[in-house]
Amino acid sequence: MRFGVVVFPGTWSDCDFHYVISEVLHQPVKYVWHRERQLDDLDCVILPGGFSYGDYLRAGAVAGRSPVVEALRDFVAKGGIVLGSCNGFQILCEAGLLPGALMRNECLQYRCQSTHLVVESVETPFTRGLRPGQVLAMPISHGEGKYHADAETLAQLKARNQIVFRYAEADGRVTKAANPNGSLENIAGVANPEGTVLGLMPHPERAAEAAMGGADGLLLLHSLLGSLVEDGSFLKR
Amino acid sequence: MRVRVLVRLKPGILDVQGAAVKRALIGLGFAELAELRVGKVIEVELAAATPAAARARVEEMCRQLLANPVLEDYTIEMADDLAPRGASR
Repeated sequence: MRFGVVVFPGTWSDCDFHYVISEVLHQPVKYVWHRERQLDDLDCVILPGGFSYGDYLRAGAVAGRSPVVEALRDFVAKGGIVLGSCNGFQILCEAGLLPGALMRNECLQYRCQSTHLVVESVETPFTRGLRPGQVLAMPISHGEGKYHADAETLAQLKARNQIVFRYAEADGRVTKAANPNGSLENIAGVANPEGTVLGLMPHPERAAEAAMGGADGLLLLHSLLGSLVEDGSFLKR
Repeated sequence: MRVRVLVRLKPGILDVQGAAVKRALIGLGFAELAELRVGKVIEVELAAATPAAARARVEEMCRQLLANPVLEDYTIEMADDLAPRGASR
């Protein structure tokens, strides 16, 4: 499976993702500069965390209109798979590739800590190998991660099973105390209706080896690799 | 032509920044303070044949980038609208 890791000015998790894909998963991976429009040689595009364009105007706003993100629309329409983590999630929402928006954390603090996520939907290539209710440990590191969507959008997300992860206690209970940023209904990650575009605030690439304190993030990528059929398309359940 | 864009969080969306500023002002003795919300001012200067054309272009800028329709509303003020404000300075 061929991975592309997008690099914007101000991206910071690009090397981490590249390392995990090449050194831990032993898959072909290349960096994709933000001015690139040609993504045809890739199966999965990753938008890593960071502060693209300094988060000027709004987090992910300027990156969300960049050439590579414009090219992603076509890539997704052709069945390409996209993962956005942290700033990548903000970019996908700003670009309209995922519903909703990310706002300033309700606590007003930048939160850099480990969190537990409960898996809500296994209808995406990244969670297909997991079970509903499974709890994953992954770190967050953000100041603007409070997920917001209006009531109508939230109802659609639920109806189409697009809420993929919620912040939870270690035993999987979704509580206010487990919500690090004030996200609507503890939402930590959402997908498009097809499940092929996933955005989440936590950092799977920072939980990918025992030496990092845990490897639950790797489960997303293992799930992805296991759920593809030979032509690179997502195997429907 | 000069145009000013005001971007605000939609009514009903919690403005945590505004709440923090409000608390600070109350701490400074402004006990009468009832409500405070923080927004953004974006000043734009552009070439346009008429004020209406300028407004239409800036409207498009708001739609494409300056405001996030999920969270924010915007208002557009033309230079003419701004005159009284400038005069009162």
